[in-house]
Amino acid sequence: MGYTLNFSAVWRSFDRLLAGLGLSLMLAVVAILIGCAIGLFVAFALRSRSSWLRSPAALYVTVIRNTPILVLVLFTYFALPQLGVRLGKIESFVATLAAYSGAYLAEVFRAGLISVPPGLREAGLAIGLTEMQIRTSITLPVMLRNVLPALSSTFISLFKDTSLAAAIAVPELTFEARKINVETFRVVETWIVASCLYVATCTVLAVLMREVERRLRIPR
Amino acid sequence: MSAVEPLSFLDHLWLARMPLLRGLGFTVTISFLAIVAGSLLGIVVGLALTYGAWPLRWLARLYTDFIRGTPVLVLVLASFYVLSTVGLQLSPFQAGVFALAVFCSSHVGEILRGALQSIPVSQTEAAKAIGLTFPQTFAYVLVPQAIRQILPTWVNTAAEMVKASTLLSVIGVGELLLSTQEIISRTFMSLPFYFLAGALYFAINFGIERFGKYIEHRTTISA
Amino acid sequence: MTKLLEIRGLCKRYGATEVLKGVDCDMDKGDVVCVIGSSGSGKTTMLRCINMLEDFQDGTIRIDGKEIGYEAAGGVRRRKREREIARQRMLTGMVFQQFNLFPHMTALDNVTLGLIKVKKMPRDEALAIAERWLERVGVLERKGHYPGQLSGGQQQRVAIARAIAMNPRLMLFDEVTSALDPELVNEVLQVIKDLASDGMTMLIVTHEMRFAYEVSTRVIFMNQGRIGEEGDPREMFVTPRTERLAEFLKSSTFA
Repeated sequence: MGYTLNFSAVWRSFDRLLAGLGLSLMLAVVAILIGCAIGLFVAFALRSRSSWLRSPAALYVTVIRNTPILVLVLFTYFALPQLGVRLGKIESFVATLAAYSGAYLAEVFRAGLISVPPGLREAGLAIGLTEMQIRTSITLPVMLRNVLPALSSTFISLFKDTSLAAAIAVPELTFEARKINVETFRVVETWIVASCLYVATCTVLAVLMREVERRLRIPR
Repeated sequence: MSAVEPLSFLDHLWLARMPLLRGLGFTVTISFLAIVAGSLLGIVVGLALTYGAWPLRWLARLYTDFIRGTPVLVLVLASFYVLSTVGLQLSPFQAGVFALAVFCSSHVGEILRGALQSIPVSQTEAAKAIGLTFPQTFAYVLVPQAIRQILPTWVNTAAEMVKASTLLSVIGVGELLLSTQEIISRTFMSLPFYFLAGALYFAINFGIERFGKYIEHRTTISA
Repeated sequence: MTKLLEIRGLCKRYGATEVLKGVDCDMDKGDVVCVIGSSGSGKTTMLRCINMLEDFQDGTIRIDGKEIGYEAAGGVRRRKREREIARQRMLTGMVFQQFNLFPHMTALDNVTLGLIKVKKMPRDEALAIAERWLERVGVLERKGHYPGQLSGGQQQRVAIARAIAMNPRLMLFDEVTSALDPELVNEVLQVIKDLASDGMTMLIVTHEMRFAYEVSTRVIFMNQGRIGEEGDPREMFVTPRTERLAEFLKSSTFA
C-alpha cells in the first residue's frame, strides 16, 4: 500500500495550526513571567539564613523537578477541584506551568546570585547602601545579565512544554495538529508540519534571545 | 438493611494493587528500553557530530536540532500515528518507546559531542606524540575523560526519560499514569490517586538523582 | 579634642580562632597610618571592623566620638540597627583589593551611585562632584567607560574616586595594589600620595614597604592579632625594636 504525500489538506487547516501556535506562545509567555517572579523569590529563600524559608523552598524545588509535568498538569486540573480549587483549562495549565518553571528558574537564579562577586555587595555597603538598595541596584542587574543564556533556554523549553496542554484539550498547536490528523488521516504531513512549526519557532526564539543578550551585554 | 459503606482510599488501593504494579512495571520497562536504545543510538549520533565527515556531521546536526526542537509529546504522537496506524503497524508500546529512544538519542548525542569537544586538543597531541593510533587515543585517553563529564548529565537524561514515559499514557500504553487514571475513573478519588502517582514518580526520580550523585562522587578525581 | 578614630580593646573571633586579640589605635585628622604585617596578622580584619564589614565581639571603635556598630542598651551590648550602621558607613570610605567596581555601570555612574542614592543629592550636583574627583584621580576622559574596558590601575583609581566622593572622615585602603600588575601599581600609589598631601585622613593596609616609608606619618606593625610595634617609619624600619618586626622587614623586599 503506497502512501503519497499530499500537503493540501494540511495547508487548508494551516490557519488553525497557526492559531494553536499563537496560543502556545501566549501560554509560555504568561507562565514564564509568573515563573520568574516565583523563581526569584524562591532563589532568595534558598540562600536565606533562616531555615523557615530555606526548607519549604528546597522542598518545592525538589518535588517539582522530580515529578513528571504531565502528572502535575492532570493533578492541577482534575485533583485540585476536590480541594475546592476549580480552575478552567487554560488557567489550570498556566498555573501548573508557572509553578513548574518557577522551580527550574529558582535554580537558574540561585546560580546567578552566586555568580555575583561578594565584593560588589561589600563595596555597596562601604558607600552606605542598604541591603535592599544593593539588591536592586547592583545584585539583580549584574545577575540578570549572567543568567540570560539559561533564562532563554528555559523559556524555549517551556514553549515546548506547552504541548502538554493538549492532554487537557487546550486548543494549542499539538491539540490542533492531532485533531487535523484524525480528521484528514494525513498522518505524515500533519506531523511534519507540526514539528516544523515547533522547530522554526524555537529557532526564531533562540535568535531573538541571542539578540537580547547582545544588546544587554556590558561592553568590555 | 444497613447502607453499603463507601470504600476508603486504602481499600481501593489494595484492590487496585495489581494494575498499579503492572503499570509501574510498564513504566520501568519503557524507561529502561528507551534509555538503553536511546543511549546506544546517541553514541552513534555523538560520534558522527564530533568526528564525522562533513556530510555525515551535517546530517547528524540536522537530526539533533530537529528532534530537540520538537516537543516530546509531538514525537510520541507522530510516532504513534505514523508508525502505528499507517506504517509499520507497531503497537502503541513499540511506537512510544521508539519515540522516546529517538528523543534520548538526540540528548545523549549532544552530551557526548560536548564532552569530547571539551577535552583539550593538547591531550590528543600528547597521545600522538607517544605514538598512539586514533582508536587507542580514543579508548585510553578521550573516553575515560569524557565519561566523567558525561555521567551526571546522562543520569539527568535518564530521569527525564522516566518522566517522559508518562506521555505514553496519551497513546494508550498501560503504564503507571494511565493505570492511575483508569482507577480514578472508577473510584472518582482523583486527589489521593494522583498524589500517589506523583509520589511514586518522585520516589523513582529522587532515587535516580541520589544514585547519580553517588556515581559522581565515586568517579570524581580528587583535586 | 576628640580623636578622629579611637579603637580600644578590639577583639574578633572566627568561630574558635581569635583573629584580633585586643587592638588599640588612635588617629587624628590628617594622619596617614600604614598597617603592615604578614597574612593572618589581622590587619585587614581590623580595617573591615571599622566599617562593620566584619562584626567584632569585644572592644569599641569610635569615629569623631560616635560609637560604631554596637551600643550598650540597658547594660547589654547590642548590634545597632542596619539602617544606622549603613549611615555610619558614610563616615568611612573603603577601597578594596579587587576594586569591586559595579560592572554594569560606567565609571561615572559608579561614583554617582552613592551620592544619589545614599546622600540623596540631585543628579547634576552628584555629577559635578563625581567629575571633579574622577579628574583628581586622573581618569576623567574614561568616565563613560565600563569597568571591563579599563585597565586595573584605572579601575582602582575610579574605586578611589567612588569612595572619596562620599566625603568620608576616614579613608580605608585594603591592600589596594596587591591585585595590580607591577607597571600599574605606581599610578595608584601616586594618587594616594597626592590625597595624603591634601590632608586626607587615611588608614592603609599595604605590602608596599617603600610606599609606607614615604607616605605615612605613622606605621603599625601587626603580629598575630595584636599590635607588635608602632611608630615613625623612619625609626621603625631602620631600627626595629622587636625581633618579629626585624624578621618581617628582612623577608619583605625593602631597599
